[in-house]
Amino acid sequence: MRELIGGGRRLDGRSLDENRLLDIDINVIQKANGSAWVKLGNTEVIAGVKVETGEPFEGLEDKGALIVSAEVLPTASPHVEPGPPDEETIELARVVDRGIRESEMLALDKLVLIPGKIVYTVFVDCSILNMDGNLFDATSYAVVLALSTSKFPIFEIKNDKVSDTGKVQDPPIGTVPISTTFARIGDSLLLDPSMEEEACMDARITITTNSNGEYTAIQKGSNGFLTIEQIKEAAKIAQSKGAELRQKFIGLISNGK
Amino acid sequence: MTQTRNLIDETGKRTDGRTAKELRNVQIKVGVVKNADGSALIEFGKNKIVVGVYGPREVHPKHMAQTDRGILRCRYHMSPFSTDTRKNPAPSRREVEISKVIREALEPSLILEDYPRATIDVYIEVLQADGGSRCAGITAASVALADAGINMRDMVSACAAGKVDDKIVLDINDTEDKEGGADMPVAFMPNLKRITLLQLDGILDSDQFNTCLDEAIYGCNMVYEIQRSSLMQKYFGNEPELKNIS
Repeated sequence: MRELIGGGRRLDGRSLDENRLLDIDINVIQKANGSAWVKLGNTEVIAGVKVETGEPFEGLEDKGALIVSAEVLPTASPHVEPGPPDEETIELARVVDRGIRESEMLALDKLVLIPGKIVYTVFVDCSILNMDGNLFDATSYAVVLALSTSKFPIFEIKNDKVSDTGKVQDPPIGTVPISTTFARIGDSLLLDPSMEEEACMDARITITTNSNGEYTAIQKGSNGFLTIEQIKEAAKIAQSKGAELRQKFIGLISNGK
Repeated sequence: MTQTRNLIDETGKRTDGRTAKELRNVQIKVGVVKNADGSALIEFGKNKIVVGVYGPREVHPKHMAQTDRGILRCRYHMSPFSTDTRKNPAPSRREVEISKVIREALEPSLILEDYPRATIDVYIEVLQADGGSRCAGITAASVALADAGINMRDMVSACAAGKVDDKIVLDINDTEDKEGGADMPVAFMPNLKRITLLQLDGILDSDQFNTCLDEAIYGCNMVYEIQRSSLMQKYFGNEPELKNIS
């Protein structure tokens, strides 16, 4: 595989900077406030949004709460056992959460009911149904699409009590963050690595850009290194590929509403 | 992250009186934990972190052992009294993630092929946290690994850079991390010039990103000199003059 990649080719015939086929279904779960089923090659992730009310996080009293979680279901591969999340799943959930949070995709300051007491609590729970590499991007896409096509309930306060008006509103979306993951194998950077590619990668890097093309979150992973030049190159590709994909997503989002 | 107040004053001084390119006060003491095979205590600003290294030693549970190489295990943990409000001593999701990225930051520097079937365990205990604790932890862990005599390709030096008041500054402190615009921790092997940890939260445009990365590496090089002199002090008893890097 290393020889092949050194020659600029990949096992599945893609070029180094080519994504796998992306297939998206929006609003697949009627009981959720928003949902998306993303297939990136054979990697399948479903994200569901549930909106409730609750207390704000400590130190963030004037902001709604956003909680992104991820679970690798036992269906995802013969090697997954049910049980508490392992460190890879925790990293996955935290990196996806960081990409969404740091880009300020959701204007959390607009999700406050009683400052310091009651705010919107937005849960985005992701289930990995099948794993075939690059869970980071697939999960992030699912979260972005589920959130931006969701309908938030409108709550009102009467005598300090929260009640659901039964009406819904569009969520306050500020930007569309796109996560872009590369695997370094030898001297090559591979966009959207498959599971086989991840199995022999030297290092991984995930870069999230926002609608202005700015960088909002980065995570280097796996037990190898990257050079300064490789990081700067990855950052450039993340910007251009992110812009391409963002256009597609914006189209889908406006259709999905 | 949206900033609510100015963190850099008219004279260019930061909340703790530093200039943009200045590190906090850093001190590393080598060999502070008697029982450990290698250890270090780092004070990085108000961070106080002790690292103990055990190994190479037999792996438990045995099935984790690898026949062709040693394994590296890391635990990053914060003491309950290390933060403003008491931290629950059970490992949090944040600590699990940080333990993982620290292990991945240190592993490229170690020649684990030299230790088949063995483990090297790195325990990082944050006694007092002050922002940038993962960088300080990596820096101290690398010194402790050297102190344990583990075969290494290079040291790993870590430092963060970030954005405060739209300016790129070195070595973000707690206030700047919480109230500032962006934080980018970097770990770097200074002689091999390889990056082994890179994270970012906050918003940076292309120019800021490149400057931030270059600044962080500049900081790593300064941290490296401090690591080097701490080891020299323990093993040769004299403090060599710090090389002037710029």
